[in-house]
Amino acid sequence: MAKRIDVSDLDIYYDDFLAVEKVTMTIEPRTVTALIGPSGCGKSTFLRSLNRMHEVIPRAHVSGKVIMDGQDIYGHDVDPVDVRRSIGMVFQRPNPFPTMSIRENVLAGSRLNNRRMKRSDAEDLTERALRGANLWEEVKDRLDRPGSGLSGGQQQRLCIARAIAVRPSVLLMDEPCSALDPVSTLAIEDLIAELKQDYTIVIVTHNMQQASRVSDETGFFTIAGTGKPGRLVEMSDTATMFSNPSQKATEDYVSGRFG
Amino acid sequence: MPALEQVGRNPQRQPPTSLVSRSLPRWAPLGALAAGALVAAAASAALGPTVAGFAIMTVVAGSLVLVGASAAVEGRRRATDRTASILVTGAFLLALAPLVSLLWTVVTRGLGRFDAEFFTFSMTGVAGAGGGAFHALVGTLVITALATVISVPIGLMTGVYLVEYGHGRLARAITFLVDVMTGIPSIVAGLFAVALFTLFLGPGVRLGIMGSVALSVLMIPLVVRSTEEMLKLVPNELREASYALGVPKWLTIVKVVLRTAVGGIATGVSLAIARVLGETAPLLLTTGLTSGTNWNPFEGRMASLPIFAWYQYVQPGIPIQPFIDRAWTAALVLILLVMAFNLLARLISRFFAPKAG
Repeated sequence: MAKRIDVSDLDIYYDDFLAVEKVTMTIEPRTVTALIGPSGCGKSTFLRSLNRMHEVIPRAHVSGKVIMDGQDIYGHDVDPVDVRRSIGMVFQRPNPFPTMSIRENVLAGSRLNNRRMKRSDAEDLTERALRGANLWEEVKDRLDRPGSGLSGGQQQRLCIARAIAVRPSVLLMDEPCSALDPVSTLAIEDLIAELKQDYTIVIVTHNMQQASRVSDETGFFTIAGTGKPGRLVEMSDTATMFSNPSQKATEDYVSGRFG
Repeated sequence: MPALEQVGRNPQRQPPTSLVSRSLPRWAPLGALAAGALVAAAASAALGPTVAGFAIMTVVAGSLVLVGASAAVEGRRRATDRTASILVTGAFLLALAPLVSLLWTVVTRGLGRFDAEFFTFSMTGVAGAGGGAFHALVGTLVITALATVISVPIGLMTGVYLVEYGHGRLARAITFLVDVMTGIPSIVAGLFAVALFTLFLGPGVRLGIMGSVALSVLMIPLVVRSTEEMLKLVPNELREASYALGVPKWLTIVKVVLRTAVGGIATGVSLAIARVLGETAPLLLTTGLTSGTNWNPFEGRMASLPIFAWYQYVQPGIPIQPFIDRAWTAALVLILLVMAFNLLARLISRFFAPKAG
């Protein structure tokens, strides 16, 4: 189920502004890859280009290759909708659908696509996804209450449940804990460790302790200055990145001397 | 310590030594009004009494007393606050006065014929008293319903295009034209419908559908505008959340964006309906008037409440009173209909509002 992603020479543009330059990296299946770097260096932009969410913004585009399972997701005959079905995403701010109940939010992936589902299957899927997101025990008695009534941390786990309910191969997380308190953050970090068994996970984070706690691989992005493109400085396993990085810039950043 | 000295020399900058300050008692506004009434009574006695003059003088004199007392006792800031409160309340009452007066007049004069006969009989064969506006009520409802059926899909889709798809020149052109359309005088909309139908059916035709077309020319820009505003309020995060689940754009628009905004859109549509319900000029040109009930907007003339009221008033028979009474009652029914649609709009927006908690 989990898949490997090979990115090669990816340039990411907003209109004709080059935002991220020449990224080449390999994301292994069943690992957690953390992307760190100062604000505005293009981590989130890069993350969004991995499931073609980048091009939702008018006139945004990329050049280069993102190969998943031998297929270029930016290939000519590839439908971005199918890409997003197999590469799910969790956003910085929890965004459950305000018009839907908790149950409907979990089932949103199939409901919104007009897929018919047997009642018992829907019950199963709801429970499985909510258990997967460590939320089942907290909400099982109020599945028909609105999702927006949950706390911030619960809402974020609801969004994770919603993302895994469509059974993606890869899960992208864009600073999933930055709007949460330490307890909720811990809950989500534990969840990431569990989800790693089944999914390939890429997480953008500002928090270096978090990166060192949850990830197997870490990539460091930086930007030379305003108006210049962001780039991937180096990437290797997390332990090496935090103890013995090969680039001076990485060492400065992870030891807190910069950014 | 030069800095402290500076502070000491500027008493306004000094922090207050006590949080309690002198203030007028709570009954001060009423007392001031009573004082104003005394002044006004004296002035009326001298100048000759009129009710309106007395009321205006009471309010003006009372306000002056209150602000003066406040300035003397409470200080400048409170006095300014009271002045602003008086101005705001006064503006509100001034705006309310014509509405209350109009409602009062229409209700008192319209209630006379607000009976079962008015709602069940047409004017067929009625020369003097009696008769009703059943045919006009039917006409108004049929014409407005048809206008809604025409303008809601067009307006809704235009709004969706402008917010979700349109970027660049075409969208700007459409926005501009919608703005222009909002300002079209209703008689011009009526002339447009007449011209359009004359092209196909020849001159002199009067049909219910013509009225519906004329009204939809007025309704479409209102629906476009309210749809546009409501769709813009839907947070982009919801669209992205939906895309990230692998939902195509059109389904995202139908099931997330429109579903989230449906309350506001429905409110906008109800208000647009209420707005065109009382239109007279375009219907005068397009649907004409009959004295019998006509359910078919595609054949023959159709009565409507505004035209009915107008016609009863300008072309009364003898005796004149039954005709005038019917006109007032028609006006009352029209106001009640508009009010019903406004209430409906509120109910709809409450019903569809995103749930929380």
